[in-house]
Amino acid sequence: MAEFTKQDIGKLLAKQGILIAFAVFIVGFTIANPKFLTIDNFENVVRSSAILGVMALGVTFVVISGNLDLSVGSMMSFSTIVVLDLHDKLGPTLAIPAMFAMTLCLGAFIGILVGYLKLNSLIVTLGMLSAIHGLTLTYSGGKNIDIADKEGTWFAIFGQGNVMGIQTPILIFIALAALLGIILAKTPFGRKVYAVGGNGTAATFSGIRRARVVFLCYIMSAFCVATAGLIQASRSMGSQNTVGQGLELEVLAAVILGGASLLGGSGTIFKTVIGVLILGFIQNGLLLVGLDFSVQYVVTWVIIILAVWLDIAAKRGKLMSPIA
Amino acid sequence: MQAGKLSKYLKDGAIWGFIVFELIFFSVAGEFFSVSDKAFMDGDNMLLLLKQSAPIGIIAMGMTIVMVNGNIDLSVGAIYAICAVVLLDSMTWAIFEGLGNWVIPVAWCLALLTGVVLGAINGLIVWKTGVDAFIVTLGSMLGFRGLVFMYNGEQPTSHLNWTLVDFAEAQILGLHTATWFLLIVTAAIWFLMNRTVHGRNAYAIGNNREAAVNAGIRVGPHMMINFMIIGFLAALSAVVFYSESGSVNPNDGQLYELWVITAVVLGGTKLTGGAGSIISTFGGVIAIQLLRKGLSHIGADTSTVNLVIGLILIAVLFLDRQLNVKGKEELKV
Repeated sequence: MAEFTKQDIGKLLAKQGILIAFAVFIVGFTIANPKFLTIDNFENVVRSSAILGVMALGVTFVVISGNLDLSVGSMMSFSTIVVLDLHDKLGPTLAIPAMFAMTLCLGAFIGILVGYLKLNSLIVTLGMLSAIHGLTLTYSGGKNIDIADKEGTWFAIFGQGNVMGIQTPILIFIALAALLGIILAKTPFGRKVYAVGGNGTAATFSGIRRARVVFLCYIMSAFCVATAGLIQASRSMGSQNTVGQGLELEVLAAVILGGASLLGGSGTIFKTVIGVLILGFIQNGLLLVGLDFSVQYVVTWVIIILAVWLDIAAKRGKLMSPIA
Repeated sequence: MQAGKLSKYLKDGAIWGFIVFELIFFSVAGEFFSVSDKAFMDGDNMLLLLKQSAPIGIIAMGMTIVMVNGNIDLSVGAIYAICAVVLLDSMTWAIFEGLGNWVIPVAWCLALLTGVVLGAINGLIVWKTGVDAFIVTLGSMLGFRGLVFMYNGEQPTSHLNWTLVDFAEAQILGLHTATWFLLIVTAAIWFLMNRTVHGRNAYAIGNNREAAVNAGIRVGPHMMINFMIIGFLAALSAVVFYSESGSVNPNDGQLYELWVITAVVLGGTKLTGGAGSIISTFGGVIAIQLLRKGLSHIGADTSTVNLVIGLILIAVLFLDRQLNVKGKEELKV
């Protein structure tokens, strides 16, 4: 009987471990600082996580299909710089679609390399990280890009505006999460993504066009990155070339925290959102209790490894790895 | 059979062919575009090139072992930064005050020990938890960087010891100190991988972990030792570089993991493990440094270097796959 209960706890931890950890964190920080659990602070955290979150939504698709995307950080810098630059040249109405088109082209390029040519996604996106960074620097000439007339444009609406009292970045994040969540969970395409990531060969034999599914996953990722770049550009109205540097790893950390396996085939949009929020709340909570931002890195490290470890341990039924 | 041999030669020689191509290309292009009037294949320039390859090159040797093992280490840049901070800071500690110049070997040992310990932490987690090395080192890349910031905030750590700087800038038998370190490390790791049981086991584990376990190899400790080796080499790389420069920023070493992995992959090491050679990795390191130096020689800026290196990495991957294609066995999709 005792054995049975232990297994039950294991299963519960495996399935809902991340939610339990989230709850524990919120309770802990609330006790430490009453300001933590206020509507204002909550809104603050969600808004500041929105850019990371939007990117994580796209990367979730890529990870579930069994691939990686390390290029999202420099791609986000690219779209931010492009939309800011084109804003002054073409006006916002043309700049935004132009930026989306250019970012989607980059996504399509990666999609062709990984999907149709079947190259290793880690190396391809690593190469693209460097290449897109170079492209951004070439485009901007290494200079910071600023919008000349910051007052006389409606461009700020995506990052600073609000609709019915809710700030637009939050709205965009929620809307995109809902849309992509439905696509992943309820449509044939979503099921194909799981199938391809779970067992590519089996998926191929059952008539799924693996290459096309992977290609579309990278297109989705690029779309999300473009949206994140739009929010970032609109929030700051000016940007450096390196605005997205290092974000690829934070995004991946959020997706992994949400329980998606890097081997592919598992993970959901909802869990990724939780992963993003956990990262956001930890950052915010540690600052509110007066700790230095560097502590946040170390805490993130411990949490990522614990989360993945518990997940694996519950699946194999043993805490320690069977490696001799 | 003949075709197989040919493609093997092509693959093994590809990186050296690429280096020769780069040398010729930049020499010729340099005649037309160069901003300086010195030739690209100038002796001093080539010596400098070897010296500048040392920081990435030393770490790349360790990364080759880890990748042959079928693992990966993303935390090398952060380990590099921590060890640099330890090296420079420990020389100013009060307890070492009476040591005079003997503080140098002590500080070196402390920095190298730090690297080994951090590598051991990575290795132990990979061994005991069974979590993929990619995730473990992704986490520790953040965590170790956090430790750097906790140590000294966002301030640079600086300490110049002139005896040390003289040693680091010296040229022994015509080669810079850093170059000697690179060559010695390359030779040592080559010996380890090709002439010892440990090296054989590394290939065996990368090829087929199940079979290696059945053959009685203790996979866990083996991988942990490899992570300690790469930690040691990241520390050594920091020691070599910061002995000369004497000042470290908390953000130093960022993106080093990408450069190192690029060099190793250019050298033909497989991400899936089981294949890779130290000599080719050395070629990969030289090829990247040549490219950076050559492009700046003909007046291109860093943005072009990033663009070109990224595209070359993808092109190499593509060519490698074309050479490795199994023909009819390949599943048509």
